Amino acid sequence: MSTSMILIALLGAALIAYVAGVIRCRATVDGDASRLHSSVGYYGAYLAIWTVLPAFLLTIIWSAAEGPVIHSVVRASLPAGAPGVGNEALMSLTLGRIGSIAEVLPSLSPGEFDVIEEARFGLVPMSEAFQLLQQKGIALGSEPESFVISAAIDEAAYRQTSRWALTGLVAFAVLAGFAYGFVRIHPRLRARNTIERVIMGALIAASTVAVLTTVGIVFSVIFETLHFFQTVPAFDFFFGTVWDPRFTAAGSDGSAGGQFGLIPLLWGTLFISLVALLVAVPIGLYSAIYMAEYASPRVRGIAKPLLEILAGIPTIVYGLFALITFGPFLRDAGAIVGLDIAASSVLTAGIVMGIMIIPFVSSLSDDIISSVPQSLREGSYGLGATKSETIRNIVLPAALPGIVGAILLAASRAIGETMIVVLAAGIAANITLNPFEPVTTITVKIVSQLTGDLEFNSPQTLVAFALGLTLFVITLGLNVYALYIVRKYREQYE
Amino acid sequence: MATIEDTMTMAAGNKLNDPALLRRRYAAERRFQMYGIAALGIAVFFLVVLFGSIIAKGWTAFLQTSIRLDVVLDPAEFRNADGEITDQSIRLADYTKMARKALQSALGLDNPSRPETRDMRALLSRGVDVQVRAAVEADRSLIGLTVPMWLLANGNVDALLKGAIDRDIPEDRRQLNDRQLGWIDKLAAEGRVEKHFNTGLFTFGASSQPETAGLGVALIGSFFMMLIVAVVAVPIGVAAAAYLEEFAPRNVFTDIIEVNINNLAAVPSIVFGLLGLAVFINFMGLPRSASLVGGLVLSLMTLPTVIIATRAAIRAVPPSIREAAYGVGASKMQTLFHHVLPLAMPGILTGTIIGLVQALGETAPLLMIGLVAFVVDYPTTPMDPATALPVQIYMWASSAERGFVERTMGATIVLLMFLFVMNAAAVYLRRKYERKW
Repeated sequence: MSTSMILIALLGAALIAYVAGVIRCRATVDGDASRLHSSVGYYGAYLAIWTVLPAFLLTIIWSAAEGPVIHSVVRASLPAGAPGVGNEALMSLTLGRIGSIAEVLPSLSPGEFDVIEEARFGLVPMSEAFQLLQQKGIALGSEPESFVISAAIDEAAYRQTSRWALTGLVAFAVLAGFAYGFVRIHPRLRARNTIERVIMGALIAASTVAVLTTVGIVFSVIFETLHFFQTVPAFDFFFGTVWDPRFTAAGSDGSAGGQFGLIPLLWGTLFISLVALLVAVPIGLYSAIYMAEYASPRVRGIAKPLLEILAGIPTIVYGLFALITFGPFLRDAGAIVGLDIAASSVLTAGIVMGIMIIPFVSSLSDDIISSVPQSLREGSYGLGATKSETIRNIVLPAALPGIVGAILLAASRAIGETMIVVLAAGIAANITLNPFEPVTTITVKIVSQLTGDLEFNSPQTLVAFALGLTLFVITLGLNVYALYIVRKYREQYE
Repeated sequence: MATIEDTMTMAAGNKLNDPALLRRRYAAERRFQMYGIAALGIAVFFLVVLFGSIIAKGWTAFLQTSIRLDVVLDPAEFRNADGEITDQSIRLADYTKMARKALQSALGLDNPSRPETRDMRALLSRGVDVQVRAAVEADRSLIGLTVPMWLLANGNVDALLKGAIDRDIPEDRRQLNDRQLGWIDKLAAEGRVEKHFNTGLFTFGASSQPETAGLGVALIGSFFMMLIVAVVAVPIGVAAAAYLEEFAPRNVFTDIIEVNINNLAAVPSIVFGLLGLAVFINFMGLPRSASLVGGLVLSLMTLPTVIIATRAAIRAVPPSIREAAYGVGASKMQTLFHHVLPLAMPGILTGTIIGLVQALGETAPLLMIGLVAFVVDYPTTPMDPATALPVQIYMWASSAERGFVERTMGATIVLLMFLFVMNAAAVYLRRKYERKW
């Protein structure tokens, strides 16, 4: 039985067990439910959990482990001369061919199966088997070798055995669990407590998913990065000033060299983020000051949601705006005043990104300025200062740490932003001080290294993970530091 | 001892009373306030320009030019080698030829020269055969009749009628030559050319021709992904938030979880794409380009948003509710499920919608896991190759042909509409069920 069939069957078993549990617990007290420890539904759920939970866990673990185990067995049985022995990339291709044939074998009629079987021993030409498989919708590319057919027949057999074994074990677990739970139902059984412990376990498991995600990110990125550093030295990556990865197509051995210098990408990322901050910080900060100190509640009630719309617009839309409207506009405007501005340039991407992060600066700064104690302002007014003098000399210095935190958070957004720079920053890895020229960023290169028909184990692909690790570390550092500053600031006035 | 006179002399000598200085200070005050208004104005101006430019460039994508042609469905065209009309022979008939013949007779060309034939063919979309076939397969009794049909015009004809192609530029640099312009004007004068609402934008799959390219596959893909996010991220997020708010003891383990969730919310989305590629595709062997993987990656990305929103909603439920429940003998778990969660539900729903909005607009991680695919057929399960709405926008934006610019902007409007509706729903829920304790 397939995994989904088993899961559906388990659902049915759970329903039956629930009803059985309810009936059974009523029977133990001759229908007087008040003599039970818990209400009847808990006894139903108790029996259902005993019936289904062990079988469910078994199914999940078995289904996850099945594929890799079968693959490694099939792999070990391949003859020494088979393509792929000793070459990872070819091996995954061969295993893929075997897998796709094995997939279709159980659905063949006996006559069709005989053709395959005979082709394996050379009794009928292999082309016949090849044609048959192609009719079944398997794209093999070339005629399968006889060892591929044998391995596929083996694999199909293993899969079938594994499915039978799983079905049998699940059936046993269901029956045993049901019997155990059934026998244990007793008026003094604390069914509710058991159920609540199970639910608690589920809640704890759910709260660890977030941690597992972080662990998954860190491990997958570090693992592939170390893989990358086996072919390209870490020093060349972190301090290289030339980015020239030399694309190699799928199928080639991927050893063709290239230069993977991080510096030009890092420079581009920081340059664009700087331009973005130069746009976002004055606009965001002045907006925040105005909204916190001057605006009437009505103006504030309109302006704040409007600014927050800016944060809700998907970044792809900003990217499009930069690509189709803003880039050409800047280029034409530059041509009028005699400046040579490329349509994809630091300025285009930086300004549009600046618009995007305005709300990140303004919203947090607004909160922080509003939380400066009113007594400070009143003290300043009492000395005869005007409102703007109070803001400049008293409120802003008091709010400074928090505002710096807000700006750092915005900077981390800008550094990790992808779609605007993919569409509007360019792809040439330049180290330039001229904001009218295109540059490229870490995120652009992650995208371009991974969207293409590339061999996964080549350094050209793996470098994306090294770039991802760099990005992760930079943004994480900024975030942790910024959150620390903001929290410390909040505590100061609480 | 300072007398009143002394004080007055001091005040007179005090710079603070200098009227010129006071004027300057008030001017500075007004300037400062103006800066604030200007900053706010610039931000709102950007917002208006952003939406304005997208709507101005994109609204025409909702209309598409069609040509009304009287297509002769000659039974001879539908017969197979044995002279019978079967399902297969109907499927294989040459519909392009019929459409072209109809156009030829509409233009009144009896015996067109080779260049005339070429120019004429370029007026029709390459997708017309599908349209004619669909009409015949839907109603076989049409065979043998002459049927008026609205067939898609080529993207260039569409662009001309929308004013995107300038009639005044020299013929050799124009996509349509003078003869074609004459024909189009003739057809238009006969009322055979009309712009209709572009249903194709919502139903077609990927295509290399702008007029037959649509969001069909992307809409289904995005729908599957939203479904997966709702099924995976929401229960896990709510459960995690409930545990952290109601049960978790204060210890190192829960501190780690909390710091973790806050930082996860700020990890660049593209890094989640790398995680999806390494874990779901390479390690677990799930198929590339499938909306299942996209949905899982987006779920992990949305999880912190859901957790943070749910925690805030649970915290807003006053302790007195819980104490009342304990007072009548409820266990902690019963209190949570019977009282706290139902009362927190509006807040949880709002947070969930905001998470879905975030997931729907996200592009970068999906590029990593192969959702940038040229998918023509509708996906039927989440395991089939698909694309997503923002990814489709990205792919069209990278296409060189001008017809795609309009499509790109049209698709962006569709995306923004979805986001607008979802946000409006969140605001409505918040307003309707907001409760002050």
